Amino acid sequence: MTDLINLIIKSAFMDNMVFAYFLGMCSFLAVSKKVSTANGLGLAVIFVLTCTAPLNWLIQKHILEEGALAWISPKFSAIDLTFLQLLMFIAVIASFVQLVEMIIEKFSPVLYGSLGIFLPLIAVNCSILGGSLFMVQRDFNLSEATAFGFGSGFGFYLAIIALAAIREKLKYSHVPNGLKGLGITMLITGLMGLAFKTFIGMTL
Amino acid sequence: MSTTELKEKEVIITKKSESLLSKRRKKILIDPLDDNNPVSIQVLGICSALAVTIKLEPTIVMSLSVVFVMIFSSLLTSLVRDYIPSRVRIIVQLAIIASLVTLVSEFLQAFNYEMYKVLGAFVGLIITNCIILGRLEAYAMGNKPYDSVLDALGSSVGYAWIILTVAFFRELLGSGSVLGFKVFEMIGWTSFPTNGLFVDSIGAFIILGILIWIQRTNNGYIEN
Repeated sequence: MTDLINLIIKSAFMDNMVFAYFLGMCSFLAVSKKVSTANGLGLAVIFVLTCTAPLNWLIQKHILEEGALAWISPKFSAIDLTFLQLLMFIAVIASFVQLVEMIIEKFSPVLYGSLGIFLPLIAVNCSILGGSLFMVQRDFNLSEATAFGFGSGFGFYLAIIALAAIREKLKYSHVPNGLKGLGITMLITGLMGLAFKTFIGMTL
Repeated sequence: MSTTELKEKEVIITKKSESLLSKRRKKILIDPLDDNNPVSIQVLGICSALAVTIKLEPTIVMSLSVVFVMIFSSLLTSLVRDYIPSRVRIIVQLAIIASLVTLVSEFLQAFNYEMYKVLGAFVGLIITNCIILGRLEAYAMGNKPYDSVLDALGSSVGYAWIILTVAFFRELLGSGSVLGFKVFEMIGWTSFPTNGLFVDSIGAFIILGILIWIQRTNNGYIEN
């Protein structure tokens, strides 16, 4: 259990998707102008990442890997479908996002109103696909994959909320013309990354 | 014959005789390099590729892969654009991109396994490069194949020069080398202080921020 909590802390702070791997930068920059919208997107990312990481883990272990199809019949044990990995993962993510959108629209129109527009965006959020690919690269087991998905999503949530709060204040400051908008945001992201570096080595 | 019909005929004739690199097409090609750069002006595609900019060499491979994927996905999407139902277009576009990226990834695995290991998951992450999906959605879905290819070429080169510049400075200041050659030792400055910050992700953010500042000051673009 401690291992899992440590993994969540590590993926949320030290290996933060945004600051350490540049993943999810597009929506991180585009949707961080207001705290309330950033909150909606962040929650949606946590949810989708926590669900797709274990889902893609199951697909990787039981369909794609070499010998993974042996559970159907021993004849298939020599088949290696790893080359289908990217297609399968992105299809799972896109359809999961579509599914979530439909379910939320049906059962909770209020949540849909606040989240709705960001859900389709999430399908092309690199941190989701990145989460699945990293999970395979690092040889996690199912519970670790879930913890990793949740931790990464939580890290993204923290980062986008913090940046949105800073940008709301930034509106009232005098920034040189060329640096307005994207430029100053990149510099701030760099400084925030520096702050997140201080968590290195933190464990329970 | 009424005047409107005459005009229509004229339009058709001028369209037919449009040269391979007419003024309009040159604009499609040149615009994304500076005035409408996908990275620094449109804020797209920062996600997937900054992570490979620690060294110049993987960045070159990455930019070539993106140029390849972008041109062919634009061409294919533009060819089948009339047959895609609009409700499932995102999934169709993603499937086209994902197949091309799989091609690139298998090619790298076969011919340059070292580079494949260096790039790791980031080759796969070309799929979610927002520039590609963005250009497919905004341009290739509504334009002819040749124009779409020009647009794709312009956008991907506009993206490539930004990440190549970032990579150049990160490698120069972070490891004191260019493409693996220790330039500072060559000119006799052996005690060049390399800065670990630039090897780290933070350096990329700061260099890109400064690059955007310089470029926007140059072309006078102001974000409100």
